[in-house]
Amino acid sequence: MNNLLRGWLNLPPQASTYARSLDLLHYFVIASTMVGATFVFLLALYFLTRYHRQRPYELTSRVKTGVPIEFAIIGGLQVLFLVFWVIGATQYQHVMNAPPGAMQVYVTAKQWMWKFSYPDGSASMDVLTVPLGKPIKLVMTSRDVIHSFYVPAFRAKHDVVPGRYYTIWFTANTPGLFNIECAEYCGVDHSRMLGLVQVLSDEDYRRWLDGRPVATEEGLAGASARGGGDLAERGREVASRRGCFNCHTLDGQPHVGPSWAGLYMSSVRLTDGRTVVADEAYLTRSMMDPQADVVAGYKGVMPTYRGALEEPEVAALVEFIKTLQNTPFAPSMQLPKVVPETQGQPQEPKP
Amino acid sequence: MTTIDVGVIPIPHGRGGVRRETYLNIAHTVKSWALTTDHKRIGILYLVTTIMTLGLGGAFALILRTEHLTPQMTFLDAYTYNRMFTMHGIVMVWLFMIPSIPTAFGNFVLPIMLGAKDVAFPRLNLLSYYIYLAGVVWVLVALWMGGCDTGWTFYTPYSAHSPSAVVPTVLGIFILGWSTIITGVNFIVTTHTMRVKGMGWFRMPLFVWNLYAVSIIQVLATPVLAISLAIVGLDHWFDWGLFDPARGGDPVLYQHLFWFYSHPAVYIMILPAMGVIAEVVCTFSHKNPSSYKAIAYSALGIAFVGFLTWGHHMFVAGMSQFDAAAFGVLSMLVAIFSAIKVFTWVLTMRKGSVVLRTPLVYFFAFLFLFVFGGMTGVAVATESLDIHWHDTYFIVAHFHFIMVGGTLTGWLAGLHYWFPKMTGRMYNERWGITGATLVFAGFFLTFFPQFLLGNAGMPRRYYYYNPVYQPLHVVSTVGSWLLGAAMLMTLGYLLVALFAGPRASANPWDSRSYEWYTPSPPPKHNFTKEPVFALDPYDYTVPFPGVGDEADGSLARDPGGAANG
Repeated sequence: MNNLLRGWLNLPPQASTYARSLDLLHYFVIASTMVGATFVFLLALYFLTRYHRQRPYELTSRVKTGVPIEFAIIGGLQVLFLVFWVIGATQYQHVMNAPPGAMQVYVTAKQWMWKFSYPDGSASMDVLTVPLGKPIKLVMTSRDVIHSFYVPAFRAKHDVVPGRYYTIWFTANTPGLFNIECAEYCGVDHSRMLGLVQVLSDEDYRRWLDGRPVATEEGLAGASARGGGDLAERGREVASRRGCFNCHTLDGQPHVGPSWAGLYMSSVRLTDGRTVVADEAYLTRSMMDPQADVVAGYKGVMPTYRGALEEPEVAALVEFIKTLQNTPFAPSMQLPKVVPETQGQPQEPKP
Repeated sequence: MTTIDVGVIPIPHGRGGVRRETYLNIAHTVKSWALTTDHKRIGILYLVTTIMTLGLGGAFALILRTEHLTPQMTFLDAYTYNRMFTMHGIVMVWLFMIPSIPTAFGNFVLPIMLGAKDVAFPRLNLLSYYIYLAGVVWVLVALWMGGCDTGWTFYTPYSAHSPSAVVPTVLGIFILGWSTIITGVNFIVTTHTMRVKGMGWFRMPLFVWNLYAVSIIQVLATPVLAISLAIVGLDHWFDWGLFDPARGGDPVLYQHLFWFYSHPAVYIMILPAMGVIAEVVCTFSHKNPSSYKAIAYSALGIAFVGFLTWGHHMFVAGMSQFDAAAFGVLSMLVAIFSAIKVFTWVLTMRKGSVVLRTPLVYFFAFLFLFVFGGMTGVAVATESLDIHWHDTYFIVAHFHFIMVGGTLTGWLAGLHYWFPKMTGRMYNERWGITGATLVFAGFFLTFFPQFLLGNAGMPRRYYYYNPVYQPLHVVSTVGSWLLGAAMLMTLGYLLVALFAGPRASANPWDSRSYEWYTPSPPPKHNFTKEPVFALDPYDYTVPFPGVGDEADGSLARDPGGAANG
């Protein structure tokens, strides 16, 4: 029954503990109000046919609706609405007050990305990884304009306001990936301010926690070995291993550095007013001598990779950036955006 | 449909060599229109201007919907899309919906309904039109400068830093506010002081009650909008930072101020439409309203409680849980007043003599959109449910149903209902009913899928969207094309009727409301002699006393043979 109604109403899965009870109220409110509205409309249609004019200039006698009928209708409606209100306000209290002992994650929003900082000092961009069945409390603020943190599958939403810290909480009850959307209009890329909640079972979560510091020589070797494929594919692997994605995105979002999407052969304006074409020479120069060409609107914070990157790696990176030339600026759910900031090994969320 | 021409009595133009003088043919110069203080001519000026702004806002809407045919870029870029939905909202809210019914139909019929020669301050009335026009020009200037991309809500701090033309846009709305306030004051004073001798408050047609309630809201709420938008402009231009948290300001305060105006503003839009609907349902049911006082008092009740519910726009914006509960229960109360009105209209048809004409088809469209939209309003006022729905397409669909659908169908009902009175011509009823049906079908098809999109979690103001939402977006877009075509069709047959329609009699609908006591179109001073309204405006127990049209000697509607020249 629950799933049937959920399907009819086109609601997302109920992936948090309170989603189901909110949906039950949803069904009750929508069903009773729609039945009421249908009744009123059909009554009007009935009157239209029943009292249809028989001849022109027909007169009618004066009819007054009795006060008792009016009060009965109004009173009944008011009671129904108050029932909605009592249940709704109670649920609202529940959703807005995190249970004690909830695990805390700090959320910082900025145009147009989400940053999640965990208590152990690690952080991630755009992907929030949480354990199944544990209450999670998000402490949220914004660095620029108002955003709104929205996870439809959790029925959770709250505005993220600069200068203020608001909290919401949820307990995920289904492992998997769930969309995060920015719900408050925040500028030109509002609709690309997306993210994911990765809900892991206890075991997977522990593995994920353990798996984060894997920057060993073996790990790197293993990654290189796995990245057999073509040059561009190896470039992607190099980029993630070398931490490029900490600052550069693949979907057109500006971050600490410019995005790689559509970068190759585009015209790039620099802080000193020059405009250059982003060809291979420019790309390699940017890796080896980043301060030479700083793109307008960004700070020259990139360190040199001279000596750090091996030549095949540079080539692989350039090849990879070339393949992004025609990347659509899209709300991409599959892009590898999980980059713990402490080191370079990415966690690829599975689409 | 054989009875369709009932009430249309062709009056040969200038019969007997006497040409009846009307407000239309008394002068034809541009100056006679531009400097007129006649409330009827000002009403027509407003009507023509608001139809143009509706066309502009509608064109934006069609472009936006067409862009959403595909989840990626269809033909607009993101920045253009954002500016266009903003300008769509601004044009529709402030340039069309708020002025549409009060300034066009209110101006035209309010003094006639009261038996007055004009509004209380005819020159202020003309001034308010020119202020409105100045506001329109400023909004067009903003458009020419590239438009504004903040959304019609101008939420700070984004609006303080947006690269788009924020300042000219808010200046335009600031100016429009003055026009609204002046019109409101004018209507309040007119209602108090200009009623014909012997007309008590409870003899006024119900449209007047709704205009009166709306004028009160306009006068009280609009200054708050003006203040908040002025501060937004100063924040943007001079970096005042009153709403900027980086300088100790508070962006949530802006939202409180904005919604303190903008929630009552939805009643500014819908109350006049409710007034039109009350007139239409009584006239075409040929019956007294099932409760006159319920309709009159609920208008005032909405005007009052409407000021206390703004917080339900902010359940997830950061407010205390006590405040949320208080705003929640007050919102339920304002829904009750609307419900009273709905039941009163529907019960009015009971034991009536109901005849289906275009305005009544629009009444049914209104009823459907208002009742279903209103019920989704009760749903979103339920605090815990609003968490999921807030800022999604569900909200977009909700307010397009109740506020836009209600105002648009009310406006179209009024346009058809008073068309004979304003122009002296009849439109083609068959085209009218077809048009009304298509407008409703287009509207429903456009916005019903958006409820489902919102349920699925599609946020509003999204340029890119998840491809799984595409089918519903396509349905919605096709619906918008149908709606646009139906509106153009309506414009077409009304223009044909304006120039070639059969002449209308004084009272083609056999109504009892007072604006039908004067010939169509009315003479310059509304009545050629002091009007006597012998009957209650909803007294359908006796035949219409009839209207003498002394000028050309012809008798208008002569129901039941009771000629009364």
